[in-house]
Amino acid sequence: MKIAIPVNENNEQTTICPSFGRTPFYLIADTDSGERVIFDNTAANQAGGAGIAAAQSLVDRGVEAVISPRCGENAARVLSAAGIKMYKMQGDSVEENLKAFAEGALLALDDIHPGFHGPGGSGSRGGRE
Amino acid sequence: MKKVLILSGKGGTGKTTVAAAFISIEKARAFADCDVDAPNLHLVTARLPEPEIFDYYGMGVAVVDPDLCIGCGLCAESCRFFAISMNADSVAVVDAPACEGCGLCERLCPVGAIKTEENVAGRRMLYTITGEPNKDGVSSKGRKTVFSTAELRMGSGTTGKLVSEVKTALYDHADKDVPIAIVDGSPGIGCPVIASITGTDLVLLVAEPSVSGISDMKRIVETARFFDPQIAVCVNKADTNEGKTAEIIGFCAEENLPFLGRIPFDSHVTAATNAGSSIDRIDCPAATAIRSIYNRVREMVLEYPSAAEDK
Amino acid sequence: MKIAVLSGKAGTGKTLLSVNLAYVAKEATYVDCDVEEPNGHLYFKGSEDAKRTTVSRKFPVIDDGKCTSCRVCVDFCRFNALAMAGETVTLFDNVCHSCGGCAILCPSGAISEEDRSIGEVSDYRVGSVRVLSGKMNTGEAFGIPIIRTLFSRIDPSDGTVVVDCPPGSSCAVMESIRDADVCVLVAEPTIFGSHNLDMVARLAKLFDKQIGVVLNKYEEGRENPSEHYCEENGLPVFEKIPFDKDLGMHHSEARIAAQEEKRYAELFSGILGKANKAASGGVS
Repeated sequence: MKIAIPVNENNEQTTICPSFGRTPFYLIADTDSGERVIFDNTAANQAGGAGIAAAQSLVDRGVEAVISPRCGENAARVLSAAGIKMYKMQGDSVEENLKAFAEGALLALDDIHPGFHGPGGSGSRGGRE
Repeated sequence: MKKVLILSGKGGTGKTTVAAAFISIEKARAFADCDVDAPNLHLVTARLPEPEIFDYYGMGVAVVDPDLCIGCGLCAESCRFFAISMNADSVAVVDAPACEGCGLCERLCPVGAIKTEENVAGRRMLYTITGEPNKDGVSSKGRKTVFSTAELRMGSGTTGKLVSEVKTALYDHADKDVPIAIVDGSPGIGCPVIASITGTDLVLLVAEPSVSGISDMKRIVETARFFDPQIAVCVNKADTNEGKTAEIIGFCAEENLPFLGRIPFDSHVTAATNAGSSIDRIDCPAATAIRSIYNRVREMVLEYPSAAEDK
Repeated sequence: MKIAVLSGKAGTGKTLLSVNLAYVAKEATYVDCDVEEPNGHLYFKGSEDAKRTTVSRKFPVIDDGKCTSCRVCVDFCRFNALAMAGETVTLFDNVCHSCGGCAILCPSGAISEEDRSIGEVSDYRVGSVRVLSGKMNTGEAFGIPIIRTLFSRIDPSDGTVVVDCPPGSSCAVMESIRDADVCVLVAEPTIFGSHNLDMVARLAKLFDKQIGVVLNKYEEGRENPSEHYCEENGLPVFEKIPFDKDLGMHHSEARIAAQEEKRYAELFSGILGKANKAASGGVS
């Protein structure tokens, strides 16, 4: 199965990008074949709807799961509609996260709802891209 | 790196003056002006070097090749933005500022007379300051200070993306050890403001004590809350209307919004602004009030977990 | 006669000037085009009784039954408002620009459109002033359809039209000044003010408009970058409104100063006279 992670650089030592929609690159790891591919996120340059376009590009590549620190509500809608599961990033490196995923240790990403959170509220930091 | 964004809803409340003062007090090494329609922060940031300038391309505009146009009028009929019309010679003509770049006319034209061309809708500037501290205390002590800003061309509309680019440039180029970045936000409540709020840790609302200032402050609180940063409020020119200032303080109490302080009207502000310096360098009532407010902002923003992992 | 009041920078006194000009004109229509943050209605009280009209724009509606998942709409949309996830098309209203393209291009007729509100226009009278005020819903980004609706309501027999423009020089501002006979630019005495005065002056010139400047918050003897700008660029100054606590107080309490005190009625009548003269081609 294919897992996508937003990353900062086009190399395997790269760090994970905090933005989902405007990340410069995506890394896709195929857990069946062991193959890894990193490609440009062309959605990053879009004037609007970057999250939507980015999610669409992952749908089109047959991705089944995404690991990310956070995700905007528009992108999340596309991913949900396509049945793509979202997981919350744990630790900084791609390796750590893929390992945690394989062990079933990653939690579902619920950091996506914009709702009202007053100041002093902790945790959820969702929002639009 | 924590990010503090200064908003006002209504314009003219003193947002940029407060932002400039904060930058000076913090000796901030990362700051940005997201008011891309009318950027002003560079006017009170003394002695900037030449910036790197980047063209900003918006959505693109439709361009008609008059030699290919057969005057069928299909484009003019279909355009929702009144951006294309037939001239006296029955040739389609584009009103560039009105064109949204949707591409429908290009798609519908039976003879391929219309193309969408990239247009320069504005420019983005990145100032990198290294070396000795300058007279406004923007100190770098051998490390670098980054100032990101941009300006839209007249009539251009796509500001959300440009604001995002200004922010991204700031986060990408700031030194990793910078504790706090200060961002002067856009006025209003539209998508440029929304673009400046996403990813910020704390929004400081500078409110004006007037009927319209309060009405606009409420709209901006509603907008900012949607995105979950910490929100705090201060009042500028507080003594011009004590009654309204009290109303604002009351509103903050009701809504559980931290009220950080009141800045008195102070004529030293105009003089300092016109001289191109931040008021923090002057010993005056407004400066004292702003320093106290900034100390509280700093406490609040450093205490809480980040909106997003540090880049 | 149509007077457009603008300033590059917000908070310089556009609304102060507009509401007072509308008040002192014998018969007037006050048009509040600052649809993101309309304030005029705070001065012309009585908006609760206004005739309100919703302004809407069209959003696509997708009939999943007819959709063949061909992706023509998804690939066409430059705003990324449509996505294909699974078999169905997902629509994102919040980035849709209402261009109507997807509905026109869908080969299966699966996309129709429906009107949805983006804001409203209020229409009411206070004394001899007709107030047309536009307001955009929170979260919306396109104010121009509302501005167009406002202008379509203007009746030429309703006297002097005073247009309170949005700040800046965006396309919404251009729309607001399109038919103006004269542009009155309000500037404050700071470098911010003069920098932004330059912006709107260039905009007004681009549209070949007669221009006059009102220097607000004026202080005798103080450096005034906006005044310098006018001198250097040959822009007529209609008036210098002194920095005045009383005027400020009236305004912050949402009172029309010209209504409260004769000296302000005279001040603003003077400006109106100069604007009228400039509009008919005279030099003030």
